[in-house]
Amino acid sequence: MRQAPLPPALGIALPVLGAASILLTWQFLLPWLGVPAYIVPTPTAIFGVFRKSLALFLGNLWPTLIEALAGFVIGNLAGVLLAVVFVHSRVLQAAYFPIVLFFNTIPILALSPIIILIFGLGMTPKIVIAAVICFFPTLVNMIRGLDSASDNEHELFRVLSATRREVFWSLRLPRALPMLFSSLRIASATAVIGAIVGEWIGSDKGLGALIIQASFNYQSDRLYAAIVLSSSLSIALFAIVVLVERRVIKY
Amino acid sequence: MANAIEASRLDVGYGGRQTAVKVLAGLDLTVAAGSFLSILGPSGCGKSTLLRVVADLLDPLGGTISVLGDTPHAVRSRRDVGFVFQDSTLLPWRTVRDNVRLPLGVGQGSLTRKIEDRSDELLELMGLAGFGERLPHQLSGGQRQRVAIARALLGQPKLLLMDEPFGALDEITRDRLNDELLALWRRTGTTILFVTHSIAEATYLGERVIVLAANPGRLIKDQDMRPFKQDGNRCSREDPAVIAAMAGLRGALEQAS
Repeated sequence: MRQAPLPPALGIALPVLGAASILLTWQFLLPWLGVPAYIVPTPTAIFGVFRKSLALFLGNLWPTLIEALAGFVIGNLAGVLLAVVFVHSRVLQAAYFPIVLFFNTIPILALSPIIILIFGLGMTPKIVIAAVICFFPTLVNMIRGLDSASDNEHELFRVLSATRREVFWSLRLPRALPMLFSSLRIASATAVIGAIVGEWIGSDKGLGALIIQASFNYQSDRLYAAIVLSSSLSIALFAIVVLVERRVIKY
Repeated sequence: MANAIEASRLDVGYGGRQTAVKVLAGLDLTVAAGSFLSILGPSGCGKSTLLRVVADLLDPLGGTISVLGDTPHAVRSRRDVGFVFQDSTLLPWRTVRDNVRLPLGVGQGSLTRKIEDRSDELLELMGLAGFGERLPHQLSGGQRQRVAIARALLGQPKLLLMDEPFGALDEITRDRLNDELLALWRRTGTTILFVTHSIAEATYLGERVIVLAANPGRLIKDQDMRPFKQDGNRCSREDPAVIAAMAGLRGALEQAS
């Protein structure tokens, strides 16, 4: 049997309590067990280094933010546009979709050095990597979404002698939006991953570079702070996507 | 008056011309303009297919069909045909009023006559005044089907095709909508082709009831209901003559399946 839902107050309180219990355990139990600070620094130590070197962190947040955002926009836009082409041309879809599929099976870590070879060491290759990583899920979801209108819905538009353009704007696109947003939510996290992976391989700026430098220098408090910041960046992007989704999809 | 539909030796199938599975074979059918025709038959007999040929959603493989004295394509282009599906096929992202207005927003390019925005009038007619700003998921199944009918009526079609429109509704709602549909038909003078699985519904609504048999689809019974109809096309279900007619239709249906 399914469990009854929790009362709303508990629905907010329990996650907060859960997070607090983990933080407290981390803060007091790990040092007590003798886990050294260079492996796991305490939450207060991480917060401390974050306050102490705020300028350093913000200076490295900006490049990652810009790369992730630009990659997010470009990759998703390309995915949506190619999906529109594929849905309207079965010939092109049959010819090129398998190649896109093959392309997607190449691990992004294997692809990144090539992208950096092509685009050099600036921001561009990071944006490209973030875009590539966002592109594929959006393409697949968008193709499915644009094709998700029922036969009856298509017949309804045909009875009304709707043009292809009208079917697209009034039926296919609105039908595809829920699926588009579910891939945008995924992309909000993967875009940040893409930017950071790009920075690992060749950069002295950005959260990815900071993570690499901090781990080489055993500055674990700095490493953990950079990780917290990357995750906050993903969460912020995710939240924006959810806010837009709530405004757009009301049913 | 002229006939709304004249079909002769109509063959309809899916797949290529050679390999096609025939859904309708050599169907002859004439439907008088302004009449209410109920179509009964087992699953796969081609009831829905027949509506789709009339609506120009499907091309016949052979035979001839004229709708309102013209080709199905011309009739569809003129927006003289309305279609109501079994599921209401409302667009969930549009409000009730915007769903009813859909015919104003699409397919206007090929249209020569101007369609007026009668959405308020139609919502009121269908008992949905005050529901215009709701979204479809906030309505009951019966209300959604009323919206679908209002949408089909917006272009003032001369021909209304209904494919089991009340099949998914409870009996009380269905009876109520049957009465509303009859009132609507008398008011508008629209020719209605009504596909249903229910003998009771078919006889209650139709001036004429036809039964199609499956594999391949063909006409096996043609029952005129007009002799039994009193005020406003209603007929009493207790009338022995009506009961006999219904028994005859049931026999034909049993033979058809």
